[in-house]
Amino acid sequence: MIVAERKTIPELIEILKGQKKVLVLGCGTCVTVCLAGGEREVSIISSALRIASRLAGFSLQIEELTIERQCDNVFIEKAAEAIERNDAVLSLGCGAGVQAIAERYPAKPVYAGLNTAFLGILEERAVWTEKCVACGACVLHEYGGICPITRCAKHMLNGPCGGSREDRCEVLPDRPCAWQLIYQRLKGIGQLDRLKQIKPPKNWNASIHGGLRVIVREDHRI
Amino acid sequence: MTSDSRLEKILSRGDFAVTSECGPPRGADPEVIQKKGALIKDSVDAINVTDNQTSVVRMSSFSSCVILKQMGINPVLQMVTRDRNRIAIQSDILGAAALGINNILCLSGDHQKFGDHGKAKNVYDLDSIHLIQTVKQMRDEGKFLGGDDIKGKPRFFIGAAANPFADPFEFRVVRLAKKVAAGAQFIQTQCIYNLDRFKQWMQLVRDRGLHEKVHILGGVTPMKSLGMANYMKKMVPGMDVPDNLIARLKGVPKEKQADEGIKISVETIQQLREIKGVHGVHIMAIEWEEMVPGITQEAGLLPRPKVE
Repeated sequence: MIVAERKTIPELIEILKGQKKVLVLGCGTCVTVCLAGGEREVSIISSALRIASRLAGFSLQIEELTIERQCDNVFIEKAAEAIERNDAVLSLGCGAGVQAIAERYPAKPVYAGLNTAFLGILEERAVWTEKCVACGACVLHEYGGICPITRCAKHMLNGPCGGSREDRCEVLPDRPCAWQLIYQRLKGIGQLDRLKQIKPPKNWNASIHGGLRVIVREDHRI
Repeated sequence: MTSDSRLEKILSRGDFAVTSECGPPRGADPEVIQKKGALIKDSVDAINVTDNQTSVVRMSSFSSCVILKQMGINPVLQMVTRDRNRIAIQSDILGAAALGINNILCLSGDHQKFGDHGKAKNVYDLDSIHLIQTVKQMRDEGKFLGGDDIKGKPRFFIGAAANPFADPFEFRVVRLAKKVAAGAQFIQTQCIYNLDRFKQWMQLVRDRGLHEKVHILGGVTPMKSLGMANYMKKMVPGMDVPDNLIARLKGVPKEKQADEGIKISVETIQQLREIKGVHGVHIMAIEWEEMVPGITQEAGLLPRPKVE
């Protein structure tokens, strides 16, 4: 899922300075699960903003609403009236949600209340870790299901680098070295031979470096 | 010969090679690198110039190599994949060759987190093994990575690094084999303090016959003090400093620790010379270049052989 983090209240006050009526809009999907932008966070952030804006000298009038999915027009429709009657929207959706709202309402200021961080999973209670950078050309089958592009700080395809010691990554010493995990996993499933081959340079064009990515399914277009 | 490198000539005729390194200055003054070069020029066969080591911005390895070259030194251009994509890398390879640089050490580089620009974006378009392949392809096939022909092939003696002390230990030799298969002709290892572990690794290297395909130069870094030894042990990733070495430095008065550090290095070099498959040493006297002549003298490595 998409994992995001809340911006701080001082940051949000800076962003919303000068606004009068703001809709704080939550999203019921990924960011609800990662405790960043669901109904509960909408309520907490709204209360905090009411107090903080008063202290900052521009009392915000805040309306709260959470829709099922901000990245989908069908659901955005359900926020239409609330969006119309406010001066601006503070979206607690991911980056896709914020932009979906902004595209739908060209005349309305839409601000991001979250920092969208990564595609990841819940590792343990209240701890999320990144698993995928969405590089557009998956190589997981080569590495025992552990992604060296996401989980190695140097994105090495022919790792490990010389810095790992006692299974730890030199860049993030509290995290295991991805290459140590790949090695153990491939050993465990009897596929160590995969690591003997030299993997060629990656085509980064399938990733963000090729410009905006668009997927068109001709077979599904009418 | 794949290049005009003095280092390649010395290694291919079977002489025990000595290389060292200079860290470029954090400024534009060429005299810093000239002074360091002059200090060690006659004690070694080639001098590496580090490429923004530990991700701290310094004068480029490329230009420092040119300065050394002008002094009659055979420089080794260290190049990391952290800061350049495949376009910049190939361009720099051509430029370096045009200026008479003929050794290259292919590295991934220290992560920017360790340096003075922690907010920088790293590149890592290629990894170190890809870099080796790139230089080899440009030299031997005369082709860019993109497939186009090169007019005027760059002739390089290709080097790579190996760390016998990092984990997973049993995979380290497999990785060395990959570097050799990619085109590495010489290897400079991480600093060796744990000789037992290094010998184990060399045994694995010989078991695979890699010592006959690549020249291995053992890395040696003299300890200036007990403080430095403790720092290397605890803070430097991928470094294996055994307790008995710490104890040995602890056992001498503070003002004698530097001498003891030099003595340890000389002994290490002597032991490395006895190991089958070790074809040279790479002395990294970090901001202590002035000790290199003494170390090489004591270790019986002088005078350095002449090359036509």
